[in-house]
Amino acid sequence: MYRYDEFDHGFVAARVDQFRDQVARRLSGELTEDQFKPLRLMNGVYLQLHAYMLRIAIPYGTLSSRQLRMLGHIARTYDRGYGHFTTRQNLQFNWPALKDIPAVLDDLAKVEMHALQTSGNCIRNVTTDHFAGAAADEIADPRPYAEILRQWSSIHPEFSFLPRKFKIAVTGAPKDRAAIQVHDIGLELKRGPDGGIGFAVYVGGGQGRTPMIAHKVRDYLDEEDLLAYVEAIMRVYNLHGRRDNKYKARIKILVHETGAEEITRQIEAEFVEVKKTELLRLPDSEIERITAYFAPPALAEKPARSSAFEAAKADSAGFADFAAYNVTPHKTAGYGVVTISLKPIGGIPGDATDVQMEAIADLADAYSQGEIRVSHEQNLVLPHVALDDMPALYAKLAEHGLATGNAGLVTDIIACPGLDYCALANARSIPLAQDLSNRFGSPERQKEIGELKIKISGCINACGHHHVGHIGLLGVDRRGEEVYQITLGGSGDETAAVGTLVGPGFKTEDVVDAVETVVDTYLKLREGPDEPFLAAVRRLGQQPFKEALYGTA
Amino acid sequence: MTTETNDAELTIWRDGRFQADEWTLAAEDEAVSDGPAILPLERFLAERDALVARNAPLGVSVEPNEAIEELAPHLDRVALVTLNFPKYSDGRSSSSARLLRERYGYTGEIRAVGDVLIDQMPLMRRCGFDSFAVSNPVTRKQLAEGRWPDVPFYYQPTGSTQQAEIPAGTRPWARKPG
Repeated sequence: MYRYDEFDHGFVAARVDQFRDQVARRLSGELTEDQFKPLRLMNGVYLQLHAYMLRIAIPYGTLSSRQLRMLGHIARTYDRGYGHFTTRQNLQFNWPALKDIPAVLDDLAKVEMHALQTSGNCIRNVTTDHFAGAAADEIADPRPYAEILRQWSSIHPEFSFLPRKFKIAVTGAPKDRAAIQVHDIGLELKRGPDGGIGFAVYVGGGQGRTPMIAHKVRDYLDEEDLLAYVEAIMRVYNLHGRRDNKYKARIKILVHETGAEEITRQIEAEFVEVKKTELLRLPDSEIERITAYFAPPALAEKPARSSAFEAAKADSAGFADFAAYNVTPHKTAGYGVVTISLKPIGGIPGDATDVQMEAIADLADAYSQGEIRVSHEQNLVLPHVALDDMPALYAKLAEHGLATGNAGLVTDIIACPGLDYCALANARSIPLAQDLSNRFGSPERQKEIGELKIKISGCINACGHHHVGHIGLLGVDRRGEEVYQITLGGSGDETAAVGTLVGPGFKTEDVVDAVETVVDTYLKLREGPDEPFLAAVRRLGQQPFKEALYGTA
Repeated sequence: MTTETNDAELTIWRDGRFQADEWTLAAEDEAVSDGPAILPLERFLAERDALVARNAPLGVSVEPNEAIEELAPHLDRVALVTLNFPKYSDGRSSSSARLLRERYGYTGEIRAVGDVLIDQMPLMRRCGFDSFAVSNPVTRKQLAEGRWPDVPFYYQPTGSTQQAEIPAGTRPWARKPG
């Protein structure tokens, strides 16, 4: 894991002091809410429907047990005993008092955390594969590059007032678990012709009101040019991105309106100039210095097959499901990567209580080298667990309601906070996620359906990523009534696609039935259990689903 | 200090204090005054040959939607470039300032005008601004009180900063005020 040095500590401490002064001036009335707003946003403080919300940065979704324990402490001390993990691998506290926020930031700083650049029109938290450094299919660990980008973009003097927020994602594996093609910049680590490390660079993807899949602007960029190239993209965007309409201000619109070829030309021309200055050439020594922080843990050698693991699968159906869906192959034989589902049947996606956070921190210490990851699918991950330890880990997770074996299944639903918290929402995403989870919650039913990603957004800003849901649900307001539109065939992986609207929306009380109709249609028409939902939708098109939902007339 | 900052005449923050503005802006149809005069970019480009005969310094005002490249070939005749911030949240002029300093090697005065607020000023200075036209009363008060809300740990070098900076430790990019 990355560890702060004196410089990082000094930076965060100075920033907290600055914000403490600003909060004091707001509380004393010296600053009006209008004057305070840009300052609080730069520190991750939003004003929601009912209260201030604090969004804490978890850079590239990597947490130590010590950090997670502190988050549990903050949830208990300053919030209502829980926190909400987001689709940007961050954590939100929904109920902190403004006067307490500087103290929360102090506590965070003690464990090398902060809330910087989790809001505002700046470069946001850089996200990566939640299995980074552990997955068997990885070319290189993307986190060192995400950390290099995080540092370079921190309070960047030129790029802190962009036309709109800016999101970068990095994947180290060809199987894209970081959804890079729906980001402003997507970076895919790859080997170059000379065997070196570099990136394919994608620009202009995004979700929101106008979903777009990114364009590849560079097939191969040498790693030493990473920052120079990103700076070139940022400058083109900062100068030319639209500022007349916040809904047309993301880089995807600039790419779309300028044309991919022309924008690529502009970026490349700017890159030539930036590279000339050599100011941002990434030296090997710096890559090595940062990479050393992410050195693979020293894992004891184990046989590839664990008899304890196999025996537990045979003994317990629950454990067998957990092993099948929540355990992913590790690059080291005899180990697995464990997804801890924050989607208990009927629960609120992404919420964890203070006690759960502390329990997971303890389990990370006992079984996973003290390391935890946050996934953009709102689950937690223990990246380095011996297969031998899985049965004991499972039993302890179960004690805390954390052993649901549904990762990647129909009840592993992403949902935005919705009208329960958010001032922008039209619809209540969370109760719908709970209803769907209850409807499909039986283990047999989930297994029969197989891999299926349902994603719910409570408004067109698409925080619940409905565009890339295999089934996407979008809450809209139809003449004062909450209605859900259904999209099919979206995907955020290496085969990224935006889902297609299947037809008119459904009322809240009908939408769960409608989703079930879609699922049943799939089950009826699939070529067999080996054809997943997404593949079947791509093969069949919308028509059979339309007919099932709306009749043939 | 107090008397200075209460004086509405002293509108320019430069070198750590408020100063009087020596410059006059010549709008579209106005005659160019005898003293130091600022022209909008378009007018400057149209009249630049005639303006060479003048015996006083020339300045150019550039809007954020104007391409700074157009001014680049003429910078040796320009003593001041003002870059406008129509809103504090519009960061285009920060890119223009860096281009002026780093790409075109401009060493004259670069002045931030418009919605210039104290919280952006430390960042602007690192982008190449060395003077600021400040009208916001809260910002004027805070500057007069000696507040400069900088976080003096910089994760990235800029080739344009207008303060002394030195490398921080062995990192290739980290800087601190020198």
